[in-house]
Amino acid sequence: MMNIVENFDLFAPRLINKQELISSGHRACSGCAEVLAVRLMCKALGENTVIASATGCMEIISSMFPTTAWQVPWIHVAFENAAAVASGVEAGLKALRKKGKIDDRYVKVVGMAGDGGTMDIGFQALSGAMERGHDMIYVCFDNEAYMNTGIQRSSGTPMGASTTTAPAGKVSIGQKTWKKNMPEIMVAHGIPYVATACPSYPLDFIRKVEKAKSIQGPSYIHCFSMCPTGWRSPSHTAVSMGRLAVETGVFPLYEVENGHYRLSPDMPKKLKPVKSYFKPQGRFRHLTPDQIEMIQEKVTVEFGKLVEKAKFLKTGNE
Amino acid sequence: MGKRIGMEVAVAVAEAVGLCNIDMAAVYPITPQSHIAEHLSDLVADGHIDCEFVTVESEHSAMSAVIGASGAGARSYTATSSQGLMLMHELLPIASAMRLPIVMGIANRAVSGPLNILNDHSDIMPQRDAGWIALFVENAQEAVDLSIAAFKIAEHKDVMLPVSVNIDGFQLTHMVEPFEMPTQEEVNEFLPPFVPHATLHPSKPVTMGAFAMSDYFTEIMKAKDEAVKASKKVIQQVFDEWGEKFGRPYKLVETYKADDADVMMLTMGSMGETAQMAIDELRAKGVKAGLVKLRLWRPFPFEELKAVIGNAKKLIVTDRACSFGGPGGPVFSEIKSALYAEARRPLIYNYIIGLGGRDVQVKEFVGMFENVLADTANKAADTYEFWGVRE
Amino acid sequence: MTLKTWRELPIGCVVSEPGSASEYHTGSWRSQRPIWNDTKCIKCGICYVFCPEGCVQQTEEGFFKANMDYCKGCGICAHECWPRAIKMVEEG
Repeated sequence: MMNIVENFDLFAPRLINKQELISSGHRACSGCAEVLAVRLMCKALGENTVIASATGCMEIISSMFPTTAWQVPWIHVAFENAAAVASGVEAGLKALRKKGKIDDRYVKVVGMAGDGGTMDIGFQALSGAMERGHDMIYVCFDNEAYMNTGIQRSSGTPMGASTTTAPAGKVSIGQKTWKKNMPEIMVAHGIPYVATACPSYPLDFIRKVEKAKSIQGPSYIHCFSMCPTGWRSPSHTAVSMGRLAVETGVFPLYEVENGHYRLSPDMPKKLKPVKSYFKPQGRFRHLTPDQIEMIQEKVTVEFGKLVEKAKFLKTGNE
Repeated sequence: MGKRIGMEVAVAVAEAVGLCNIDMAAVYPITPQSHIAEHLSDLVADGHIDCEFVTVESEHSAMSAVIGASGAGARSYTATSSQGLMLMHELLPIASAMRLPIVMGIANRAVSGPLNILNDHSDIMPQRDAGWIALFVENAQEAVDLSIAAFKIAEHKDVMLPVSVNIDGFQLTHMVEPFEMPTQEEVNEFLPPFVPHATLHPSKPVTMGAFAMSDYFTEIMKAKDEAVKASKKVIQQVFDEWGEKFGRPYKLVETYKADDADVMMLTMGSMGETAQMAIDELRAKGVKAGLVKLRLWRPFPFEELKAVIGNAKKLIVTDRACSFGGPGGPVFSEIKSALYAEARRPLIYNYIIGLGGRDVQVKEFVGMFENVLADTANKAADTYEFWGVRE
Repeated sequence: MTLKTWRELPIGCVVSEPGSASEYHTGSWRSQRPIWNDTKCIKCGICYVFCPEGCVQQTEEGFFKANMDYCKGCGICAHECWPRAIKMVEEG
């Protein structure tokens, strides 16, 4: 498996849009994989894009007045409404293009937010925008807690992770709930395209964004975005940590096109144990072997379900 | 010339907005606003207007979507009421800070709790400091006229601010009244195409809604305050243009028999017409009563208000909301501060009236005047009272 | 940089110089810097792909280097470079 990844890597830069649509000088933490994911997403989207961003790390680090890191049209309004703002931009552009008030080119509208802005406070606006069928992409950059406000738990925080509002303590494991399965909720909306992605797999991520871009209608990409600051891991490990999340099945890469499931080719046939993913991260350091085993069981079961879906809900041609 | 017709006011407002060549509307249903949303969608469904109607899942998303669309350069409209307006609250100062000329119809309704779907002004008053231009209308004709004029005010290059048109819920929105509906040609002549100050389009990438630290925040707030204040001139200018074209001139502060009045009353919205009848009754009895009707709530028309108060000795300010534990009604407190520095100013009385749809009849307005005139020792001046409350 | 007065602010605080954040040099945050060993480099460009700053550039000879105005010294490039052609060294 590793060989395939390496071969992909060999060709990587030649396959990637050279244009940087989020400029250097942004103020993301050193080793931020979320801004890396945003950078890669922009490369896949290209210039004919409008982005509506929620409040959060990516907004704060990129738009300090009177400067901006963005090279594409970009709007930020509030925390919980990126999807609603994007839906309005889409409706506005559609009307203006139809009436010949703007140049006649196809522009893709993208909503983006973190896990809190997507899975918690922005959940309703996202559900509404997806249900209404706007021609837009929504990308959740999931770093598994409210990192911008100081590592508080969200519904995207995984079981057992220690955060500042669900800290590990003498009588607490840290996060006591299982991570909300947001991609499945999006699948349940019956939208044409849902995918999970991770910047540690740049070509897979870029391909998925390009796919979403090519679809007329709503699509959702859930991008696992490693956060060295919040996960209490060294900055140089961000990309390798994402790889481990995928290789352990903690964050499987797959896509669902019109209800048909497909595991990404990057997914290994045999998963690594979750403890290899937990070990380098300070947020999981307190977990006992029993607790890790409990999480391992859940990961195995959930991955099994996904494999079954991919087996039984695949397209006829495959 | 427009045709004189009779129509439910909410439907008439939707018709008027439909004449404005809007590109996009996002409206969430709420009583008593819903008829605006319903009729606008009828106009879209029947192909009468070429507009993207976005059936959002909440008022919060309605305001978010019109902000997005307006940012894209689309002429955008929304409407709401009460709880819906409260849900939008977070976004209102953002829309004005971004200088997006959104027009919003508000079917004014009491704010919960307890839940009450009927009319007062407790929904718009908490939005006072949002940086929106706020207009109040009294009848169907004004609702129609100002819903159209609002776009011209909002989109004026020296304004570029969102505008709310406040229409009393039920008392006005659900009345069938006769009025003159402008024709499409007339509106086309009156309302120029929307030229946005910036747009979200790849032809010229811009960043909207950048965040600001303390080094810029004060300057940004000052610029916004100046922009809202400066809009007053344009508002009167647009009203004058409207008057010239349609023969119905409007003022920022309207009056009725105010010129020689000794005792005056101030109203906002639809109750002005009832109060007017009370003035007639009082005048017939020889009382020099007059009425001031505040059309523009923000920016506050200080000079215009002072000019019409003239030499009145007593001023009754009616409020349709209360600032609990505060100085009384919000309009009362505003009028007091507007007149504070005047060497000659009337004694000011405050009645909080018509809460949650409670009817206020002509005889009650007369009663308020009588109470104030009977207060020869001026004991009740500068105080407020819940009119008609059961003790 | 001179701060604008309230009168000089663009309407709605719209920022109309795309990418102007690059005025700010994040390189000052760095405590380590990446050093490329071109003899080990196979020009795969993985350092370019994985740089969160987008500050790794390809030279005319096809090798890579980081723009030190922006490199925050996170070390992802060195960690991900599988021919081990990049080494992180302490600044100063």
